[in-house]
Amino acid sequence: MLRAVSAGVLPVIFCVVIGFGLVKKVNVFDAFLAGATDGLKALVGILPTLVGLITAITLFRVSGAADMLSALLAPITRPLGIPTELMPLALLRPVSGSGALAIVNDLLKSAGPDSPVGWMASVIMGSTETTFYTLAVYYGSVKIKNSRHTVPAALLADLAGLLAGVWVCRLFF
Amino acid sequence: MMNYIWGGMILFSVLAAVITGHTEAVSQGALDGARASIDMALSLLGMMCFWSGLLEIAKRAGLTEKLAHLLRPVTRLLFPRLRSDSPAVSAMVMNMTANLLGLSNAATPLGLAAMTELDKINPEKGTASDEMCLFVVINTASLSLLPTTVITLRSAAGSQDPFGILLPVWICSVFALIVGVCAAKLLARRRRHL
Repeated sequence: MLRAVSAGVLPVIFCVVIGFGLVKKVNVFDAFLAGATDGLKALVGILPTLVGLITAITLFRVSGAADMLSALLAPITRPLGIPTELMPLALLRPVSGSGALAIVNDLLKSAGPDSPVGWMASVIMGSTETTFYTLAVYYGSVKIKNSRHTVPAALLADLAGLLAGVWVCRLFF
Repeated sequence: MMNYIWGGMILFSVLAAVITGHTEAVSQGALDGARASIDMALSLLGMMCFWSGLLEIAKRAGLTEKLAHLLRPVTRLLFPRLRSDSPAVSAMVMNMTANLLGLSNAATPLGLAAMTELDKINPEKGTASDEMCLFVVINTASLSLLPTTVITLRSAAGSQDPFGILLPVWICSVFALIVGVCAAKLLARRRRHL
């Protein structure tokens, strides 16, 4: 049932968007090309970041540094049920979006996309945002110096997303 | 901040490799990592272009405004002190709709427009108002209906069920959003009493 809903989401979106566009007499193909060009530009824009970060993350893992960090954090992560492999992702997620994406890619390859860790990484990536980037851009734009309770509230939401990601995925396995 | 994180990661990795005696793994890791980043970019490229193209159609057809209209009752609940026809509320609604659809390129300018409007009615310039805090927290929680990037990466990694994560993603992002909104509301109240 759930699988059918998930598999049906994309085709339904295609039909609704394109059908609606045609009814509204939008040049759907022109619009598509313009959007796809933006997508290409966005990817080219993050490519240098990806190269820098994925290389750094690969080094971090193969050198044994990730294992050291995990061992160090085990007293905190074990009682919460968070697999230690996820700790680099949890720590980098609020700071760098492309960095977190690079870690997820690495985890999907090393642990497998359908393993519990692969699921948790995917869910955490999909349900959280680059908190500090958003904060800097939004408050910077209107010159807010004192963000009051924004940081604690936003980080609490990130923590909730992380724990929910781990626990909800456990229900599925 | 990324300067220290990135630099620290590489330096710490080399140090760790020396301690654990994996120094040859570092050179191999650098080669593999640089290659993996291009593989990843290539696997993302097609879906990113296709999806951005589709969303551009949705935007031009006015679907975004339609959805924004449906979100009005939510903003009334979240921002009771603002009039629901104020420019700040419309910009915020459009921003949330764009986020929901995964239109991050469109969401940011709309969000900044909302911040400008909120700043106009901010009594204390330079200090965030309760509405600003709540709006930014909602943006950092990012409720998205279709996390296309993650789904594409899963499929590229050979997943049997790349879409399987949709339901858990929705549950978790709603949960994170509720926690963020409640925290923002509670902290705002506490600070006002101080």
